[in-house]
Amino acid sequence: MINVENICKSFADRMVLKNVGTVFEKGKTNLIIGQSGSGKTVLMKCCIGLVEPDSGLISFDERPFSSVKEKHKKDIRKEMGVLFQGGALFDSMNVEQNVMFPLNMFTDMTPAEKLDRVNFVLKRVNLVNVNHLFPSEISGGMMKRVAIARAISNNPSYLFCDEPNSGLDPKTAEVIDQLISEITEEYNITTVINTHDMNSVLQIGQKINFLYKGELWWKGDKNSILHTDNAELNDFVFSTELTRRLRK
Amino acid sequence: MIRLLGEYLILLLDIFKRPDKGPVFRRQLLVEFVGLGVDSIGIVAIISVFTGAIVAIQTAYNIDSPLIPLTMVGFTTRQMMILEFSPTIISLILAGKVGSRIASEIGTMRVTEQIDALRVMGVNPANYLILPKITASMLFNPVLIIFSIVVGLWGGYFACLVTGLVAGSDFIAGLRGWFEPFTVTYAMIKTVVFAFIIASVSGYLGYNVDGGSVEVGKASTRAVVVSSILIIFFDLILTQLLLV
Repeated sequence: MINVENICKSFADRMVLKNVGTVFEKGKTNLIIGQSGSGKTVLMKCCIGLVEPDSGLISFDERPFSSVKEKHKKDIRKEMGVLFQGGALFDSMNVEQNVMFPLNMFTDMTPAEKLDRVNFVLKRVNLVNVNHLFPSEISGGMMKRVAIARAISNNPSYLFCDEPNSGLDPKTAEVIDQLISEITEEYNITTVINTHDMNSVLQIGQKINFLYKGELWWKGDKNSILHTDNAELNDFVFSTELTRRLRK
Repeated sequence: MIRLLGEYLILLLDIFKRPDKGPVFRRQLLVEFVGLGVDSIGIVAIISVFTGAIVAIQTAYNIDSPLIPLTMVGFTTRQMMILEFSPTIISLILAGKVGSRIASEIGTMRVTEQIDALRVMGVNPANYLILPKITASMLFNPVLIIFSIVVGLWGGYFACLVTGLVAGSDFIAGLRGWFEPFTVTYAMIKTVVFAFIIASVSGYLGYNVDGGSVEVGKASTRAVVVSSILIIFFDLILTQLLLV
């Protein structure tokens, strides 16, 4: 479980996050949704420690994370898996080396044990016979799956996904969503997903946090989001022709 | 300027920490030996052989007094290669080749969030990425410079033989005469300092790229320019300190 309490963040004179507070629950897919510029990426970066909040507190299972020294953050970081928007796979390493990287850095496994683990997680994300391909040789959907495999290779307790479906076709996007959802349930991970894809929201949104102009505007789930009278949220949810037609 | 220097020094503090995992560091070091060192042997050989040949021919051409022995051609070629051409000119060439490679490699990792990925995993990215490059450069560049001196002297010898300006025996007699071993020590000290400048400055500029591919290109160019200026500046300081 991740507790976010009264987080504020400004860049120059612009306040990007205003007293945001929420709880990301264990074993569930927790979504942060909102329009571009609403502050969802900054909130996620605060949670993973890439941006330091101006005020407020973030704690992982009651262990403070924000406002502590880097060496104290390191232990919690080792329990995190992060799926970046572009995958952020290491160009100089092949798929196997990418997935093995956290194991090389933080475990004392033997080479055979590491290879077994790599093959297991690659199989879990439905990738076989790709071990020796480089990131430049695989498709966008495969890259995301390799990035998920790398994120879960070291058995993380917390999984963060930044726009997991960006740049993917609807079918592949659904596969990725399903995969994240299954992994969350299977390994009882606290998963936080940053998205503005309504398909993802309706498919895997067990806990949804809607940010509007830097404020936490609404909280709910994939069922209640379609029946709210919150005007700003309705503007966001029913912003496309397809969703408007479905509503009618 | 003071802010940049401060950022550079803070980055150095992050770089010179104990590596997270010894075997991973050693593997990275081997990769950098190949990428930054072995891959530079070809260009170093080509430049050195021609430089040695040109120095020998120019020296022979400028000796028009019968009172100056032709052995001076070998002596001058040796001194020029050891004191200046190999350590400084080759380091300037490496600032272009290796410096731009380091800055663009690390800069691309920055803009594609690979450095963020390392950091959120709990890895110290500065230490993991830059320390092996600095170490490999400081250990391998002296090897390259010794190689450059040897190849340059061979170039001078062959130029004398081909042009017939100086007899081979005179050239070799000049090479062997009045040798001071400290000149090699001086060349090695300069080389190690220049290697540190090239790898650390280029690493710093790549690490702090903010933006996209245009900024990566700018950082790469800046790495070459700044490293070259610093090499010349420290060449003057070290020469003053060590030779005068």
